[in-house]
Amino acid sequence: MLCLTLGTLAAVLMRAERGAGFGPGDWQALRFTLWQALWSAALSIACAIPVARALARRQFRGRGVLITLLGAPFILPTLVAVLGLVAVFGRNGPLNAALAGLGLPEVSIYGPWGVVLAHVFFNMPLAVRLLLQGWLAIPAERFRLAASLGFGPRQMIRHIEWPMLRATAPGAALVIFAICLTSFAVALALGGGPRATTVELAIYQAFRFDVDLGKAAQLASVQFALAGAAALLALRLSQQVTFGAGLDGTVARWDASGRGHRALDAFWLILAAGFLLLPLGAVVLRGLPGLTELPPVVWWSLWRSLWVALLSTALVLTLSLPLAVMATGKRGAWVEVLSTLAIAASPLVIGTGLYLMVFPFIWPGDVALIITALVNAALALPFALRSLLPQARSLAEDYGRLSASLQITGWPLWRWVILPRLRRPLGFAAGLTAALSMGDLGVIALFADPDRATLPLQMYRLMGAYRIEAASAAALLLLSASLALFWAFDMGGRANAGP
Amino acid sequence: MKSLTLAAGLSVIATLANAETLTVYAPDYFGSEWGPGPAIKTAFEADCDCTIEFITGDVLPRLTLEGERTKADAVIGLNTDVTAKARALGLFAPHGQDTSGLTMPVDWQDETFLPFNWGQTAFIYDNTKITDAPTSFDALLDAPDDLKIVIQDPRSSISGLALMLWVKAIYGDEAEGAWEKLAPKIVTVTKGWSESYGMFTDGEADMVLSYTTSPAYHIIAEDDMTKSAAIFDEGHYFMVEVAAQLSTSDQPELAQKFMDFILSEEFQTIIPEGNWSFPAKLDASKMPEKFGLLNLPEKTLFYSETEAEALRAPALEEWQRALSQ
Repeated sequence: MLCLTLGTLAAVLMRAERGAGFGPGDWQALRFTLWQALWSAALSIACAIPVARALARRQFRGRGVLITLLGAPFILPTLVAVLGLVAVFGRNGPLNAALAGLGLPEVSIYGPWGVVLAHVFFNMPLAVRLLLQGWLAIPAERFRLAASLGFGPRQMIRHIEWPMLRATAPGAALVIFAICLTSFAVALALGGGPRATTVELAIYQAFRFDVDLGKAAQLASVQFALAGAAALLALRLSQQVTFGAGLDGTVARWDASGRGHRALDAFWLILAAGFLLLPLGAVVLRGLPGLTELPPVVWWSLWRSLWVALLSTALVLTLSLPLAVMATGKRGAWVEVLSTLAIAASPLVIGTGLYLMVFPFIWPGDVALIITALVNAALALPFALRSLLPQARSLAEDYGRLSASLQITGWPLWRWVILPRLRRPLGFAAGLTAALSMGDLGVIALFADPDRATLPLQMYRLMGAYRIEAASAAALLLLSASLALFWAFDMGGRANAGP
Repeated sequence: MKSLTLAAGLSVIATLANAETLTVYAPDYFGSEWGPGPAIKTAFEADCDCTIEFITGDVLPRLTLEGERTKADAVIGLNTDVTAKARALGLFAPHGQDTSGLTMPVDWQDETFLPFNWGQTAFIYDNTKITDAPTSFDALLDAPDDLKIVIQDPRSSISGLALMLWVKAIYGDEAEGAWEKLAPKIVTVTKGWSESYGMFTDGEADMVLSYTTSPAYHIIAEDDMTKSAAIFDEGHYFMVEVAAQLSTSDQPELAQKFMDFILSEEFQTIIPEGNWSFPAKLDASKMPEKFGLLNLPEKTLFYSETEAEALRAPALEEWQRALSQ
């Protein structure tokens, strides 16, 4: 992983001849990048807390499906998501039509806050899932004890939920901050102009037009530095808690049965579902008409994308489990910091670095799909770790001594202690990796030859050739395939694991 | 006997060499199923005992990274806005073609870069929604601010860069003021052409920065007459794509053959409906009939490669200042 992030950066730096220094435009880009990343992270977490809590303490028909669907925006390719958002919140969308009908002024999705809105749309689902896992990881015995002690909602928050959030939320916020650091196409499409320029755009410009590798590498280093600093900060802020071991049973919440609480939870769920699902609905509607006329090459690229996704998932699972267990050890914090750096890695720099490393030995086009799978795995690994870490830590706390005293080590330890308890986050991690890998354009654009295009690349090609209906259909296909993969792994992880 | 075996052996080697591959670097759109690449490949291969392999991606960064070790024998799809950088690499050999009979609105004398198709920037609109489209850039600037346009970023897109140079060519030192007047009409600035065009077809903007030939796709492929290019009195900015052969090629003859093929009628007739643009050398009578339905400008604006390279950085600063207010 280090090789893929810092190594590729080093490869680019080694080839760099000059660096054109930072102009005023670059500083402005840096300021905006920080501004939007901070707001995006803060708002995503702030909105995710009530939604995750509502999902954690309510049981209703369709809850599982809703949880899966709410995860969808995170795995959408940016172009698809942007067009979906625009279809709902844009000038020509139903929101503004409704506002106009009520005689209210138009709301514009374009501008700095539009960028933040889009980032919340993308990343709130991730935050919801990470926090929801935190809630579900609280043993049912805790809630029973709390109920028998007669805890009201306020005490519940203070003694159980707040400590859990202290442990989970900073990490989740950090991940989102790091993701938003490298935002590019979203910021540009909705930013409304050069006010909303990000560092990643400057990297693209340096790479594409100026072919100034030195400057690209400098800018990428800045991104790394910001992510690293944020990671250290989040580590200090987050406070590890243990609730003690439980029997992994289901949770019943006696504290939140009041009518006010029900209404509150319903309000947040409906709001989140509307915000996240309407744009997805727009993607589905746009895609349906062209679906039957998709050319066969698009189906072939779907096949290639599935292959890449499954390979990435296998890689991530074999890497993340040992890493997560390692991270529970003494120097575990470093695993976390390094994995955050990987999120802030510029795909463009990774791609270029790999190209430089591979080119002297093999023809890059021949290994395009394997490299894509590898890079996607590296980019998804931090998310997998993030979802595994909290439970891996409490696992070590709660069962470490018991296992040691019973002398359970090696395979039996994995089989009977670690895997059953990590199954839920593991399924989530696998689903996330597979779906992210499906939708990611990442480095394939630099390596692919015409006959080896993945589905997202094929979609961009259709779009670039005026075939907007077919491109929309390909987008729908991509959305469905990503969701199906995500759902399959996620369900596998949740089987028999209670709510 | 010995010499016979040797001769047989040599002829085997010769056939193997003949069946070798010509590697051509091209932009992604070019080599895709829906670009002109596949048709050009078929036409070229029919005439030689060889295969063309298109390697798609960002051509200039790739050549820069690979330098003299590059596998490319030829490149196609470079834009004049990056040819200065490409030329500076010193990797190219002269194309050796006579460029006097080109059907382009500008004179072309470059011995390294051979044009194969061209177009002009234009704002496209829906003629069922806008009946009095602006007829000049001035009129666009003076139009009410509720006429909304969507454009591309000159820092990430070739068409966005062409728009910036278009404004510069019309307004010169007043360009910054022109951008300030245009600013309130701009819904947003996208990374590439695709996002802009998608937003336009979704009804997010009244006009989109594209090409004068864009309506041809709608007319020919979709039988849709509702899209038109707004033609401006000041003239439209000229964009041309070029090809070149590499001096480092280990197949110089095949590369040369490809250069000879580019201006041929066979190649050029693929361009109009393969790339939705104008061929560099094709008699008007050989063009698809429906291209005659397009609105085309009388005047063409163009900066040479050196002028464009010199103007780019200061014009970008102007653009950023004007739109950041």
